[in-house]
Amino acid sequence: MERYDVITGNDAAAWGARLSRVEVIAAYPITPQTTIVEKLAEWVDKGEMDARYIAVESEHSAMSATMGASAAGARAFTATASQGFLYMLEMISWAAGARTPIVMAVVNRALGPPWNIWSEHTDALMARDTGWIQFWASNNQEALDSIIQAYRVAEDKRVILPAMVMLEGFVLSHTAMPVKIHDQSKVDQYLPPYNPPHYVLNPKLSEPFAYGNILFPWDYVKVRLAIQKAMENSVDVIKQAAREFQEIFGIWHGDLIKEAYTDDAEVLIFALGTVAEQAEATAELLRKDGYKVGVVKVRVTRPFPKPEIAKLASKVSHVIVIDRDISFGWDGILAGEIKATLHDYKVDTPVTTKIMGIGGDDILPEHIEKAVKEVYNK
Amino acid sequence: MTKTILDELIEADEFLLPGNTACPGCGSTLALRYALKALGKDTVLVIPASCSSVYQAIYPKVSFKVITFNVAFASAAAVASGVKQALVKKGYEDVNVAVWGGDGGLIDIGAATVSGAAERNEDIFVFVYDNEAYMNTGIQRSGSTPPGARTTTTPLGKIVGFKKPMSFLMLLHGVPYVATANVAYPTDLYEKVKRAKKIKGFKFIHIFAPCPPGWRFDDSKTIEVARLAVETGYWILWEGGYRDGKLNLTLSPPSRPYKDPSKRKPLEEFLKYQGRFRGFDEESLKRLRNWIDYQWSFIDNLAGK
Ligand SMILES: Cc1ncc(C[n+]2csc(CCOP(=O)(O)OP(=O)(O)O)c2C)c(N)n1
Ligand code: SF4
Ligand SMILES: [Mg+2]
Repeated sequence: MERYDVITGNDAAAWGARLSRVEVIAAYPITPQTTIVEKLAEWVDKGEMDARYIAVESEHSAMSATMGASAAGARAFTATASQGFLYMLEMISWAAGARTPIVMAVVNRALGPPWNIWSEHTDALMARDTGWIQFWASNNQEALDSIIQAYRVAEDKRVILPAMVMLEGFVLSHTAMPVKIHDQSKVDQYLPPYNPPHYVLNPKLSEPFAYGNILFPWDYVKVRLAIQKAMENSVDVIKQAAREFQEIFGIWHGDLIKEAYTDDAEVLIFALGTVAEQAEATAELLRKDGYKVGVVKVRVTRPFPKPEIAKLASKVSHVIVIDRDISFGWDGILAGEIKATLHDYKVDTPVTTKIMGIGGDDILPEHIEKAVKEVYNK
Repeated sequence: MTKTILDELIEADEFLLPGNTACPGCGSTLALRYALKALGKDTVLVIPASCSSVYQAIYPKVSFKVITFNVAFASAAAVASGVKQALVKKGYEDVNVAVWGGDGGLIDIGAATVSGAAERNEDIFVFVYDNEAYMNTGIQRSGSTPPGARTTTTPLGKIVGFKKPMSFLMLLHGVPYVATANVAYPTDLYEKVKRAKKIKGFKFIHIFAPCPPGWRFDDSKTIEVARLAVETGYWILWEGGYRDGKLNLTLSPPSRPYKDPSKRKPLEEFLKYQGRFRGFDEESLKRLRNWIDYQWSFIDNLAGK
């Protein structure tokens, strides 16, 4: 039965996997992700979840086993963070190339050294060129719901690509808030069992075939272009998945973006995850003082919502991008993507990058206010 | 007339098709041919980067008649674990899931992954065809290269290491089935795979597979070189495992005579065909003899006198 519970982001992510009726889980512990897989292991052990849990010996193997399970036709799930994410990066890329519609929760955490277990977005952003769809949750409900939506999108026959759902370390992962835990039958209605539209690694169901053997550049190009095409297809699929989710569950987290106060905005703030949530709360305060600030939460970074962002940016006099990440020697990563987008669409609105909250440093309303006021005083 | 095991091996269906892109005299493809005959059609192969990711042929052709999944170098045993777990979940428990890879992929870079799958006693096969170097990338030394052999990263035959005893390491994991094999003894290999098929749990089969270009010998001599490895006591054929609360280890018939060192052919017989042992000096020879003694003493101690 549908019910509300006060749970952490990690428990919400675990519920997302459980309600999605995940069949195989392979995972490895790392703070702040660990409690997701602990919860899933507990449910599997108690028989509350009908899945196989593989307690692998590394993240590289977590992604490898998850990919193997998916290629054999099962719905597969894993979760990681930070160093674990980087350790599995080779297989993250392989899983997309193998067209395995895995869903992975990534609990964003800074990279070492120095050791730091707090939130930062750089980890997941490092994989933006791998062929994974990337969702960013900004609250615990969204973490749960995005996992269900991510399976819908990933397994759609127009897509067949893996998807990762990000939630920030501690800010969400270990913070309890009210979350609606959906009725299983509604989730089943929204997300039917995975039915691979291609051959699977099962001789009882598929003819002998080989996947991934060597091919010449002219064929390789076709295979890689198919990933790009699938990414392009995923735009509409993500929108449809969000719409239908709203119809069934009555919740709207946005599709590729979510807007707040954008109608009459003079200045727009772009950000990911809880940073966008914080910006939205700050905008509310600033508006009382007459600053017409709007906020665009970039909910999906791959495929990148270029036309939506360009259109919104073209209507304002200034754009601020808050990045909880950095590409050393370049820019904030999101800012770089947005600047490139605006250039593509010939939008000449000036863009200011603000890098904040690295390694879990607080992002307070006054930091955001200061950034906005600087722009107004220019 | 009753059928011999050799008849059975010859008559068994072929799953390695002609026209693959291996070098002439490739030991690895011979081994795969026999292993697949024993495994049969209900098999999924998981192949890490290696010669076998290349010799299966170039897309859109493939020379393997079983489902084959090519995966990253260090990942194979974990991928296979996931495949098998998914098949079990879906109700297809009787499909064989087999890793087929080289010494580099399974004894070096993917060793932790093989160890993890062994420790969890995943119901998979891991086949290592041991050609004692990274052949696919041009004959670099691996942890399974005999000390003193020339490779492109030990060009003068510098002694490095001691050839990692991976099959013993597997045995120490307490898995139900571990065996060594050798392409010069096809029925021994075939029967081992057939026996392994009956066992639920982790199965590790380590196959000696000479490589003519990598070891620098004439490609007509693969079987001779492989047989000499057994006859000189260099490669020991055995099978064992931890089953029903007991550790079993038995010498396989072809190796039994060579338990007695006086029955072994001189090691030089094995070395002489192979360019990789050119300029092998006394020190290298001593090191290799020590390594052989070490293997035998380990087996003696475990198998009992
Ligand atoms: C992570 C990674 N490192 C290096 C390589 C390059 N590489 C491909 S195959 C190979 C050697 C394979 O050696 P082995 O496993 O013994 O198989 P063989 O080539 O001898 O058949 C290497 C080093 C790779 N593919 N991936
Ligand atoms: S290099 Fe050696 S192992 Fe590789 S295909 Fe040729 S003979 Fe076989
Ligand atoms: Mg090798």
